[in-house]
Amino acid sequence: MSGAGAPQLLEEDRPTRGKPRTIERGLSRSDRVFRGSSTGVGIFVLVVTGSIGLFLGLQSIPTFRHYGFSFFTQTNWQPERDQIGIAAVLVGTVEVALVAICVGIPLAMSLALFITEYAPRKLKSWMVSAVDLMAAVPSILYGLWGFFLLQPHAKYLARWLSQYLGWIPIFKVSTDPNAAVWQQSAYTSSVFITGIAVSMMVIPLACAVMRGVFDETPMGEREAALALSGTRFGVIRTVVLPFGRGGIIGGSMLALGRALGETIVVLMIISPAYDIKIRILEAGGQTISALIAGNFGNATSAQLSALLTAGFVLFVITLGVNFFAATVIRKSRSGALTEI
Amino acid sequence: MTVKESTSENLFADVQGRHARREDTISTVAAGTLEAIEVSAWFSGNLVLEDVSLVMPASKVTALIGPSGCGKSTFLRILNRMHESTPGAQLGGEVLLDGEDIYARHQRVTEVRKRIGMVFQKPNPFPAMSIGENVVAGLALAHVKVSKERRGEIIETCLTRSGLWTEVKDRLATPGGALSGGQQQRLCIARALAVEPEILLMDEPCSALDPASTFVIEQTIQELSGEVTIVIVTHNMQQAARVSEQTAFFLAAQGEPGGIVESGSTAQIFDDPQDPRTADYVHGRFG
Repeated sequence: MSGAGAPQLLEEDRPTRGKPRTIERGLSRSDRVFRGSSTGVGIFVLVVTGSIGLFLGLQSIPTFRHYGFSFFTQTNWQPERDQIGIAAVLVGTVEVALVAICVGIPLAMSLALFITEYAPRKLKSWMVSAVDLMAAVPSILYGLWGFFLLQPHAKYLARWLSQYLGWIPIFKVSTDPNAAVWQQSAYTSSVFITGIAVSMMVIPLACAVMRGVFDETPMGEREAALALSGTRFGVIRTVVLPFGRGGIIGGSMLALGRALGETIVVLMIISPAYDIKIRILEAGGQTISALIAGNFGNATSAQLSALLTAGFVLFVITLGVNFFAATVIRKSRSGALTEI
Repeated sequence: MTVKESTSENLFADVQGRHARREDTISTVAAGTLEAIEVSAWFSGNLVLEDVSLVMPASKVTALIGPSGCGKSTFLRILNRMHESTPGAQLGGEVLLDGEDIYARHQRVTEVRKRIGMVFQKPNPFPAMSIGENVVAGLALAHVKVSKERRGEIIETCLTRSGLWTEVKDRLATPGGALSGGQQQRLCIARALAVEPEILLMDEPCSALDPASTFVIEQTIQELSGEVTIVIVTHNMQQAARVSEQTAFFLAAQGEPGGIVESGSTAQIFDDPQDPRTADYVHGRFG
């Protein structure tokens, strides 16, 4: 039986026409060790991320059981009255992040375009490190900056906005902006000022992503635009921006993910208020991360579960945003069409 | 506004079908004599091209031949001020377009490049744009505003002149990057023609193409000569012999800057070269 089996195996091994062959990859020992260890580390990272989500998800089951869907519709966060919901903080979180994006993205994009297109070579490397350094500044310092330096000035801008654009609901403030003695405290500790401070933290990230993509713009296309009597701005408009579109969107989404989770700056600047408000210039507001950080220390176990549930919602949102951003960036390596 | 209108009218007047133009090429002859006087070039302080003087007569095809690294492409890029966009690049000498130095202080680089178009070695259509948009991309870059009808006319004219019209007329809205390499190169020629340059520089336009596409592009070059001045860099000596009226032979000795060994009519360079190095090169004994 075994004697008949051996030649048959050899027969199967022989390449036959019209049938794919099995090819031994023949990895060397060092390759196999490296492949094994890097695969292990990769899986470990995935497991850690997954277990964070799993942990938060499991912890939030009691809260969802108790409050049901009202957890998403209730605006108050008053555990002592058994009123807990994230409607207001969810809106606040999105508002702060959107203000940060609206302020930060144009700045990050201009910065990235200046660095890649206009800056002389020496200045370029200097500016790249400066922007990277911005990312290295601890967030508490941005909080201090926002509170002590930005806020005293930004309240004038807030008042100006409400004076001239107050007819748009988001720029309305409940006091009279034109009063001779205007109520300054109504314009401080707002979503607007918090958003500006947070924008400083998302600029380096967004700028780095955009710069990377702009730098990859094919030289051939740049020269084509220049040779067609294009100015530098013409090159940016015709070649760099269309090529970098994915990077712009992806970088903005990554920045959005970062802004959604920013905690310490929000905690330092905003004055907590738990109502759904769309008036971003007016004092008061709250975000999920600042809510958790602010209430974590003196929470009972039930309250802790509620905070973890809020954390779970934030986790899902940021994961979704980042996943979307990564997909856009990965798919955006345009210009491949020019290869022949 | 009237100036801009007239630009596109000229172009339209220039069309009137290929056949009409072929019979009457002299009436559409454009001005555009290019003259290089003692041009030198440096990259990061290294002299790569020394004292090149060459007249490229209007409405003629001038071929620049020579082995790799002899400065032909650098010389070509000096002719429309593309050289200066390379970091660390410097140059000396003068380049006269109809007697005026294109590097003079009052000359705007965008204006110079509008008058002296360029086609590159590797086809480089804008991938985000359709075929039609690619053709008129130069007009937008040069801030020339044209009406929608004129745009259509320009697209047809230029694609006809570059020999691509019949192949793409039914799919002008499809992306330019989806064309074959040879078609992309002809699209780039059409794009360069749309801004009505007096001179067209071509940097080894066929080196990335198959023989069939090369043949079509050579035909295009021959049909364009008589209308625009063409300066073409080529590695292919047969190509130089086929398409050009004038030839300049570039050579760089080991470790020395490049320069022109000999220039003259193509027939003379190929049949009766004066310099032994030219004879060796055109007879394929080196390079």
